[in-house]
Amino acid sequence: MSEPISHADIQKTMLQQQKAEQRKKQLLNLVLLVLLLAAPAVLYPVFLMKILCFALFAVAFNLLLGFTGLLSFGHAAFLASGAYTTGYLLSTYPGLSTEMGILAGTAAATVLGFCFAVVAIRRQGIYFAMITLALAQLVFFFFVQSEFTGGEDGLHGVPRGYLFGFIDLSNNLAMYYFVLAVFLGGYLLVQRIVGSPFGQVLKAIKQNEARTVSLGYNVNLYKLLAFVMSAGLAGLAGSVKTVVFQLASLGDAQWHTSGEVILMTLLGGTGTLLGPVIGAAFVVNLEYQLSQGPLGDWVDAILGAIFILTVIAFRSGIVGEVQKFMRKNLG
Amino acid sequence: MSEPFVLETQGLVKEFKGFVAVDDVNLKVQKGHIHALIGPNGAGKTTVFNLLTKFLIPTRGKILFKGKDITSMKSAAIARQGVVRSFQISAVFPHMTALENIRVALQSFEGHSFHFWKSGNSLNALNERCMALLDQVGLTEFANTTTVELAYGRKRALELATTLAMEPELLLLDEPTQGMGGEDVERVVELVRKAAQGRTVLMVEHNLGVVSKLCDRITVLARGAVLTEGDYQEVSNDPQVREVYMGSTSTSAKQETSE
Ligand SMILES: Nc1ncnc2c1ncn2[C@@H]1O[C@H](COP(=O)(O)OP(=O)(O)OP(=O)(O)O)[C@@H](O)[C@H]1O
Ligand SMILES: [Mg+2]
Repeated sequence: MSEPISHADIQKTMLQQQKAEQRKKQLLNLVLLVLLLAAPAVLYPVFLMKILCFALFAVAFNLLLGFTGLLSFGHAAFLASGAYTTGYLLSTYPGLSTEMGILAGTAAATVLGFCFAVVAIRRQGIYFAMITLALAQLVFFFFVQSEFTGGEDGLHGVPRGYLFGFIDLSNNLAMYYFVLAVFLGGYLLVQRIVGSPFGQVLKAIKQNEARTVSLGYNVNLYKLLAFVMSAGLAGLAGSVKTVVFQLASLGDAQWHTSGEVILMTLLGGTGTLLGPVIGAAFVVNLEYQLSQGPLGDWVDAILGAIFILTVIAFRSGIVGEVQKFMRKNLG
Repeated sequence: MSEPFVLETQGLVKEFKGFVAVDDVNLKVQKGHIHALIGPNGAGKTTVFNLLTKFLIPTRGKILFKGKDITSMKSAAIARQGVVRSFQISAVFPHMTALENIRVALQSFEGHSFHFWKSGNSLNALNERCMALLDQVGLTEFANTTTVELAYGRKRALELATTLAMEPELLLLDEPTQGMGGEDVERVVELVRKAAQGRTVLMVEHNLGVVSKLCDRITVLARGAVLTEGDYQEVSNDPQVREVYMGSTSTSAKQETSE
């Protein structure tokens, strides 16, 4: 028999592993920050802003799918409610500073998220997905019928306005750095949530819900809170997107958009925080490239094919596969 | 007020669309006992556990814990009261380490589980207690091992340690030895014996050898209803029990030869 290992040694190993993980995370954050700060020197800011908005949308969505195990098929409703609220307020009240419009949009999506969650959170698996889809279709119908959304036309010419009343956002570079700040804020918030004691319970729910209940957790309350946070962040993405493109339209509310964010997240990798960001960048870029060439009408078909390929062959997504590869070859 | 029974059910009934899975069960579990719930497959044992922990809602009847009516309490609240169950199919968090599995249970009482803004490092304060529990079930050296990588018997031991982390007054074990070979069964018997010190245990168990070694009292369930109750001697000599058990074994033996 070998010497029994002491508790102190085991815990030391554990803390060292934790530290190494945290250092890796910080390094990755830093690389991401530097890349995004420098990106406008190489790429068109509006294009980058579109990526960042969808990346934030996908990161918000992944808080549910990747870290709680809930598949929402209705996240378009939150993107759109943020977009329309912000669009309507900034168009109607020219004196309103931009961040207030965005905050209001985020709040609207958060409240809507709460309403969705109250109805859907007790359902499991496919039923949960179907109910979120049905509710999102109701919201879509509401937006089609309402006056304030401009119906089929949408809201055009939403003023970008002034941030804090004095930073002129009609400058694309100023706008970009504001969007970047919002994105990073959302990204780091989700990172914090996932790593927190609360995030640990979400992880437990994802891995074995019945067991989590039997350990005394009121899982519905945890899922509800995660859902509301996810909806709020998705709304934030929609609000900012409206300011960037000065436009809120029915496209944001369509079920198609709910599907797209699922694709982005799966493609990039659900198990990781960075996955949805990479997935969003990939999809937005692909759509852009295709729309420039002769395959413009084939966008949906090509995205569909990629979706199928991901689900069949690359279950862990781009980032997941890269991680696996690195583990195999470096560790 | 002293209440001799830790757990008591009165006229407990569960119907699934007209099918009576649990039929008017009156169970009395005495404090400090290891009480077995046995019966052939489909007798309703797991369903009784699901009712006691409110994973299913009883159609009729009452559940009393230490004399207090807990029939309308929710699962999570029942667990916090001190009635904690394990599952027939091994229930662990597969992508956490063994230590983290136990920490989820300890965290349940910490009151900071909704703190989504706090660093996960705050959970490290629980590590020493996790280690002590891992010691108890002989898993010390696997503390940092991801649970999927543990052998089946070790997973079940981890599950038991996680359940014990809740410091339950009443421990509900659903077939802790299921799917195990001889040596593992012996180990589980010892673990349960140790775990039962200072608490009450209600366990479903198919292995009658285990039941005879461990249990103070036995309730036999058949087709949802209580057939008989007593100590091992009484129950094993009961002709009705023999018929239920022999009957089921002889039919399955017949099926095997005809195949
Ligand atoms: N959710 C449910 N819906 C419908 N029928 C159910 C449900 N759960 C259990 N049953 C039925 O109730 C009966 C009792 O099942 P239960 O799982 O309690 O048996 P058991 O005594 O635990 O059997 P085993 O020894 O095989 O574990 C079975 O006939 C089963 O099919
Ligand atoms: Mg059973």
